Amino acid sequence: MTVFDPYAPSRDTTEGTVYSVTGGDWDSLVQEIGSTKEERVVVNMGPQHPSTHGVLRLVLELEGETVTEARAGIGYLHTGIEKNMEYRSWTQGTTFVTRMDYLSPLFNETAYCLAVEKLLGITQDVPERASVIRVMMMELNRISSHMVALGTGALELGAISPMFFAFREREIVLDIFEMISGLRMNMAYVRPGGVQQDLPEGAIPKIRDAVKLMRKNFKDNTTLLVGNSIWMKRTQGIGYLDLAGCTTLGITGPVLRSTGLPWDLRKMQPYCGYEDYNFDVITADTCDVYGRFLIRMNELEQSLRIIEQALDKLEKLEGAPVMVADKKIAWPAQLAMGGDGLGNSLNHIREIMGTSMESLIHHFKLVTEGFHVPAGQVYAAIESPRGELGAQVVSDGGTKPYRMHFREPSFNNLQATPAMSEGGMVADIIGAVASIDPVMGGVDR
Amino acid sequence: MFGAKGTGDTSGYGGLVRTAASTGSSERPYGSYFDEVADDLERAYPMFSEAIERVVVDRGELTLHVKREKLVEVSKILRDSLKFEMCMGVSGVHYPTDAGRELHAVYPLLSLTNNRRIRLEVSVPDLDPHIPSVVEVWAGNNWHEREVFDMFGIIFDGHPGLTRILMPDDWQGHPQRKDYALGGIPVEYKGATTPPPNERRSYK
Repeated sequence: MTVFDPYAPSRDTTEGTVYSVTGGDWDSLVQEIGSTKEERVVVNMGPQHPSTHGVLRLVLELEGETVTEARAGIGYLHTGIEKNMEYRSWTQGTTFVTRMDYLSPLFNETAYCLAVEKLLGITQDVPERASVIRVMMMELNRISSHMVALGTGALELGAISPMFFAFREREIVLDIFEMISGLRMNMAYVRPGGVQQDLPEGAIPKIRDAVKLMRKNFKDNTTLLVGNSIWMKRTQGIGYLDLAGCTTLGITGPVLRSTGLPWDLRKMQPYCGYEDYNFDVITADTCDVYGRFLIRMNELEQSLRIIEQALDKLEKLEGAPVMVADKKIAWPAQLAMGGDGLGNSLNHIREIMGTSMESLIHHFKLVTEGFHVPAGQVYAAIESPRGELGAQVVSDGGTKPYRMHFREPSFNNLQATPAMSEGGMVADIIGAVASIDPVMGGVDR
Repeated sequence: MFGAKGTGDTSGYGGLVRTAASTGSSERPYGSYFDEVADDLERAYPMFSEAIERVVVDRGELTLHVKREKLVEVSKILRDSLKFEMCMGVSGVHYPTDAGRELHAVYPLLSLTNNRRIRLEVSVPDLDPHIPSVVEVWAGNNWHEREVFDMFGIIFDGHPGLTRILMPDDWQGHPQRKDYALGGIPVEYKGATTPPPNERRSYK
């Protein structure tokens, strides 16, 4: 019997001795385990662990340093977004969904709005300029999301500099978001019927400069990591999951494309006009962490290509509407960015307060009560940075969703953790989970 | 102000009239690739008319309403013969007024081979909320079925480990059902108990 250790007290249970290791001194644990014949250890990793991408809890059964069983525990970030949306209007829904997967807010909003538009039957009526802005914003968002995936993924495997570069690029994208929507995250910018407001003046040249800068900056991480022998030793052959594994587990996104299947909803089932853009679907055939890393790196350049084409289109569509013409759906106040960064349209306020009582009533009804959506159910899916993001929306004809469900790629893909990590080393779990790139806000919703 | 004693609607607009969803079956031709999917399924599965209660085409999407006893059989045929390799999960919907079929489970399917999507829907009564699990057909539905069990109380028979996934293990009730009482729970911290919001103040 060892002396009491405040960092690792032990107690006997029917399952064997349980040590509660709270950090600091592991010596007594190592000593005690060394004195027993059994090498089986069950370790709780997380939910507060710096390398589990947020509050993910992994329960690992270890045989020495080999993982014999891994289970993921989730739910620590559950906020009841789906339930909340049943009590708010259709427009207010964007404010909720944008907070689910906080690294890709624009994808959540777009998936939700595409579903609502499908229910309303106005998919064809969404103005082209709105769709182009959506595409541009989503591709910018894909860059910022992949940057976190690459930066934190590398950091978790011990490479610090890539994270500095990755977050430098992410800042550029977030600055653009702030310029356009007024917010850096959770912007609720995409609305049913279009987008909240048009691009501010001078946005297009600024984004062009940013694209040029990012294309140059991306080379820093490429030279650091691609072909780096230490990086390859930590990622090649790790987290293996082949095509059969992906299909049975419902895995999509970079993990599916790392098996060599060029499955990308932007190409296969285009939405928002993606069929009009030239870009390549990036694949790898290694089924491992390194392949997924290369896919994300190369998708950055494809996103830049799409952004450039979107900017060309936007220049041609200067002054076109960004919201459906139907005044029963479009938000009444045509917001215009003021010098303070946000603001109302003074012309609209002059109209509702000074000249037209009907406009005021209409404004009031639409903002408080919202619009009715015909009864039915639809499923709208888009390619988010993590895979297929599906919005399953049920309406009963009311002004609020009857049922709202998100098929979150993070939630689904996290199920692959045991398949990717069992039989491997405990240190490789980190790489495997990082290559799935789960965002716990999306997993738990 | 606080506390929803009636419908659980805290938004203040619960008085708005709502129309019920239509329940009819669609007529042929369904359009798009839906006729082909229905034909292929009938050919591969002779008991089609017994297992499929309704075929609904709405807003460019095909929904097959399947009897729960036949769900696993139909799923296997759809996966193996019609190449719907992927199931994108399952989501529950609660219709308290739809007597005898209050709880619905909706399965969106995806075919990578043919680039097609369809949807399966199963409805069960509230008093007997059992649906056979399709985890043996699509292993990825494991967590999705746990989520539906957690949120709606639908029991998926044959699931390898049907436990709560998002809510705490000792939670009472299934939060996304329409009859789930809103209003919060009392929070205990350092011996003192803070009552839920709907019981905190006397003005209601």
